[in-house]
Amino acid sequence: MALPAAKRAPDPGGPMSTVGTEPRQPVLGFHEACKTFPDGTEAVRDVSFGVGKGEFVSVVGPSGCGKSTLLRLAAQLTPLTGGSIERSLDNIGYVFQDPTLLPWRTVRRNIELLGELTGLAKQERQSLAQDAIRLVGLDGFENHYPAALSGGMKMRVSLARGLTLRPKLFLLDEPFGALDEITRSGLNDELTRLFAAEQFAAVFITHSITEAVFLSSRVLVMSARPGRIIGQFDVPVPFPRRPEFRFEREFSQIAEQVSNALREGYG
Amino acid sequence: MSDGPASSRFASRLRNVVYTVAPPLVVLAVAVGAMYVVSYLVLGEQKQFLLPPPHEVVKEGFLDSTNLKEQLTALGDTTKVALFGLGIAFLLGTLFAILMSQAKWVERSFYPYAVIIQTTPILAIVPLVGLWFGFDFAARVIVVTLIALFPIITNTLHGLLTVDASYHDIFTLHRAGRVRRLFKLELPHAVPDMFIGLRVSGGLAVIGAIVGEFFFRQGSPGIGRLLDVYRAELRTDLLLSALFWSCLLGLAVFWCVGYVGRRATRAWQEERRA
Repeated sequence: MALPAAKRAPDPGGPMSTVGTEPRQPVLGFHEACKTFPDGTEAVRDVSFGVGKGEFVSVVGPSGCGKSTLLRLAAQLTPLTGGSIERSLDNIGYVFQDPTLLPWRTVRRNIELLGELTGLAKQERQSLAQDAIRLVGLDGFENHYPAALSGGMKMRVSLARGLTLRPKLFLLDEPFGALDEITRSGLNDELTRLFAAEQFAAVFITHSITEAVFLSSRVLVMSARPGRIIGQFDVPVPFPRRPEFRFEREFSQIAEQVSNALREGYG
Repeated sequence: MSDGPASSRFASRLRNVVYTVAPPLVVLAVAVGAMYVVSYLVLGEQKQFLLPPPHEVVKEGFLDSTNLKEQLTALGDTTKVALFGLGIAFLLGTLFAILMSQAKWVERSFYPYAVIIQTTPILAIVPLVGLWFGFDFAARVIVVTLIALFPIITNTLHGLLTVDASYHDIFTLHRAGRVRRLFKLELPHAVPDMFIGLRVSGGLAVIGAIVGEFFFRQGSPGIGRLLDVYRAELRTDLLLSALFWSCLLGLAVFWCVGYVGRRATRAWQEERRA
């Protein structure tokens, strides 16, 4: 299993190494990244992988294996305790497990938030928000407060907010984990369409094999804690993925391989 | 039952009103009856001034225009003091809470004194306030501010500090500074708590205003001073009507703050409709 290595020294803006099986320019590179929390919990051990431009990478693993920590490390929300991570760009989108909408703001004003935080002019952030609303199909709900929305709609708003600044790297931390099966697969269809249209690179954390295979160009399998990458599977199917892809032979073959790798990780 | 005919909807609403209003009315009727019993049968004519029958209270306290005007003017004065003090307590309390939320050392330095202000009996502070600030409007407002400050500080501080970590993550990701974090996240999040504090403080402010009036006898008299005058004159009937107005003021402040608070946060706390 060949994992693309990344340069040790961060070199923002400069050309980045393109090693391993991935010919594309990496947007995010983990190099032997380790994270041990102050209480002694070892969450992540020696994780190395790269995410190329326009690549959708899912990470599946048993719960509590440090998947979320991986994203927090990538977004610099928590410091590394070993190894290094390089990121070639600053404009990242992040979607949390909960929709994390501000309850006192309407849908529109929630989506405008990121523009406000980065100090964009009013007109610019409003037009960006409008684009994001249209992109995610929230027209007609702009003036609703989050309290009046269903769980699936809230997550849709959260996706739209993550997309407002047109990130080139989109980090999604089990965004649909709390939703029912029907809503979840609907939003998966939506996400694969958005991915094809927006061409961002994505890291998607999930514990659903179906979701991972359906959405990704590559699926990484993590072991139980401390989390290590123990398997890597390409899904060579063009985007956007059709809903029927879930019932095709190729899909179930890859899903079976991922499932087997997960089982080995438990052993 | 929402799809039932209009008449049955009306009936169910009527039943609701009866369920809420009837029990306290029954208690009131029993209390009024007890007053008559005590007034006529227990006290008798000699000592009836200790508890005059309810219709006497109504006649002297509410229907006599001189007494009524005297009490309502005093009530207006007390209201002014209470609201002034409450307003200052709100501004000061919010400011202190913000400072405490921004720097742990401010919280550590000042919080014990906020507790001390709260636990010291207000009557023990009143004479000192009088000596320092005179016995007029200003002193009364200061007493109200002192008594109303603590609930506002603690509730606002609680609201500022209990923002969920993932919300802070969003702000961290986009490099939001302290000021943006305060105004776009922490303060809006604290609004419901601020109103909880204000509601408690509103009741306390009325108490503070009336207590202050017992001591500070310069300037226009408030309802507290009237209570003291009626006590000296053994006018139990007027004492009771003045007491009624005091209760009403406390209730009105409590209700108004609650109403404004609900209006302010209604949209974002309403139940899911879709």
